[in-house]
Amino acid sequence: MIQDRTIGSRLFGIANFTLLAIFSLATVLPFIHVVAGSLTTSAEMAVKKFIIFPTDISFEAYRFVFSTNTIFRSIAVSIGVTLVGTAFSMLVTSMMAYGLSRRDLDGRKFLMFMVVFTMLFNGGLIPTFLVVKELHLIDSYAALILPLTISAFNMIILRNFFQNIPEGLEESAKMDGCSDFGILFRIVLPLSMPAIATISLFYAVTYWNTYLNAILYLNDSKMWPIQVLLRQIVVLASGFDYSSSLDGAVPPPDQAVKMAVIVVATLPILLVYPFLQKHFAKGALLGSIKG
Amino acid sequence: MREVTIRPAQLQAPRTGREIGRRLRRNIWLYVMVLPGLLYFLIFKYAPMLGLIIAFQDFKPFKGISGSEWVGLDHFHRLFTEPDFLNILTNTLILFGFNILFYFPVPIVLALMLNELRLHAFKRLFQTLIYLPHFMSWVIIVSISYVMLTMDGGIVNAVLEELGLAKINFLLSPEWFRPTYIIQVIWREAGWGTIIYLAAMAAIDPQLYEAARMDGAGRIHQIWHITLPAIRSVIIVLLILKIGDVLELGFEHVYLLLNSMNRDVAEIIDTYVYTAGLKQGKFSYSTAIGLFKSFVGLAMVIAANKLSKKFGSEGIY
Repeated sequence: MIQDRTIGSRLFGIANFTLLAIFSLATVLPFIHVVAGSLTTSAEMAVKKFIIFPTDISFEAYRFVFSTNTIFRSIAVSIGVTLVGTAFSMLVTSMMAYGLSRRDLDGRKFLMFMVVFTMLFNGGLIPTFLVVKELHLIDSYAALILPLTISAFNMIILRNFFQNIPEGLEESAKMDGCSDFGILFRIVLPLSMPAIATISLFYAVTYWNTYLNAILYLNDSKMWPIQVLLRQIVVLASGFDYSSSLDGAVPPPDQAVKMAVIVVATLPILLVYPFLQKHFAKGALLGSIKG
Repeated sequence: MREVTIRPAQLQAPRTGREIGRRLRRNIWLYVMVLPGLLYFLIFKYAPMLGLIIAFQDFKPFKGISGSEWVGLDHFHRLFTEPDFLNILTNTLILFGFNILFYFPVPIVLALMLNELRLHAFKRLFQTLIYLPHFMSWVIIVSISYVMLTMDGGIVNAVLEELGLAKINFLLSPEWFRPTYIIQVIWREAGWGTIIYLAAMAAIDPQLYEAARMDGAGRIHQIWHITLPAIRSVIIVLLILKIGDVLELGFEHVYLLLNSMNRDVAEIIDTYVYTAGLKQGKFSYSTAIGLFKSFVGLAMVIAANKLSKKFGSEGIY
C-alpha cells in the first residue's frame, strides 16, 4: 500500500501499534495477576509480591474457599437467577420486540416513545423500591429478576433486527395459515439467532453481575448472589460462614483467598466471553444500532 | 426496482373506525405479545415515576401515598439549605467533570488508533482484550482494584516499596478517590465505548483517504481531516447522552468505593439518596433529591441538544 512507503507513516504505525498493545495488556494484566495470585499460597505472596506467573502452584486458596457452604450457596443463587432471568427476559423482550417491529401495528410510535422515554428519565431509587415493596417482592428471588425483565436498549436492538426480516416471509406464512406466534417462534427467531444469542448473553451477564438489586431487596444473607458475597469477602473481609468450614481455627481471608473468590465470581463470564466476542466483532449488531 | 408488497387494506392510512377496528382485530396477537413487556414498563418504570409524588409529601410507609400529608416544596427548600448538600452536589459535579474530561475522549482516541491498524488479526486481538472489563460487574472491578491497591500485600504498594517510595493508601485517602474512580471507569468502559465509533469509521469512503494520500497528506493529517469529521455527529450524540447521564454517574461503582474515610469527597447525590432514603427512612426527602437530579439531567440534555443544533450539528431529537 502506498501509504506505508514513507518513514513518517511507518513510525506512526509502529507507535500506534505499541501504544495499543500497551493499553490492551494493561487492561488484562490485573485479571492475570489475580488468577495467578489465587494459585499461590499466602506465604509465597508475602515473599514474592509481583505475581504474574506463579512458580509453585497451590490450590490452597480454592480448597479453603470451597470448604464452606457459603460460596456454593451463593453460586447456586447466581446460576439460578441467571438462567431463569435470561430465559424470562428473552421471552418477554423478543415478544415485545417482534410486536413492535410490525409496521402496521397501531400505536407503535407511541409505544416506542414510551420505551425510549424510560431511557432518559426514571422514577429513581426510592419510588422503585416502594413499588417492589408493595408487590411483596422483598426477600424473594423474583426481586432479582422482575425489575430487570426488559432492558430498553436490548429491546430496541432486537426490534430493529426483526424489522429487517423481509415482509414476504411473514406474508407467505400467513397465507399458509400461520399465526403471529407461529411466525415469531418458527420463522423469525430461527432467522435471528445471532441477535438472539448476543442479547441473551447480554442479559445473562447483567443477571450474573447483579449486586444493587440484591442489596436493595434482599435482607437475608443466605440469599446473596455471588457478587454480594464477593464484596463482603474482599472489601469487608468477612462473610464466610466459619462454623461450617473444615478447619478448626479460621484466619480471616487473605490475599490468595480473596483472589480465588474473585476468580470464581468472574469465571462464568470469562468462559462465555469468546462466544459473545464472535458475534459483535462482526459488526452485525451494529447495523441494527444505527437504525 | 424496489419490491412493493401491495396490501389492499393499507394503500391509504385507514382512518375510518371500521378500518382501524379491522386492523386491531387482525393484529390482536401482536398486542398480546407486546402486553407482558408493556406491563413491565408500566409497573417498574412508570409507576415509580408516579411515585415521585412523595417528594411533595411527608411520606410514611404505613400511611401510604393517600394517607400522607402534603408539604409542597418543603423538601426542596430543605435541600438547598442543607450544608451537606452543597458538598454532595460539588462532588457529583466534579466526578461528572472527570468523566467528560478524562473518560470521554479515550474511546474516541482508541477507536482512531484501532482504525489505523493495518493488520486485522491484531485489531481483533486488541478489541477482544479491551472489551473484556465491560462484562465484569463493578464488584469485580473494584475487588480486583482492591487486592492490587491495598497497603496490605497489594502489588502496587509492593512495587512502590521496592522503588524506595512510601506506600500510598489508595483505598482510604480522599485525595486518591477521584483518580482511582476515573481510572476504573476508563479501564472498564473505554474499550467497549470504541464499538460505536469504529462502526461509524467503517462507513467512511476509502476513496477519501486515497485522494488525500495523492495530495500528499500524512496519516495524522488524514485522521484529522477525514476520520474525525466523519464521526463528528456520533461524538456529539454520545456527548449529549453522556451529559444527560450527568447525575447518574454509576451509583453502584461509587457506593462500592465509599467508606467512612473518603465520604467527604466520595458522597454523591445517588449514594446520599440511598443512605438517607433507605437507611434512615427519609423517603420523601431523598425522593425529592432524586427528582431534582433527574430534572437537572433532563434540562442539561435539552440544553446540550439545543446548543449542538445551534452549531450546525444534529441533536438527538
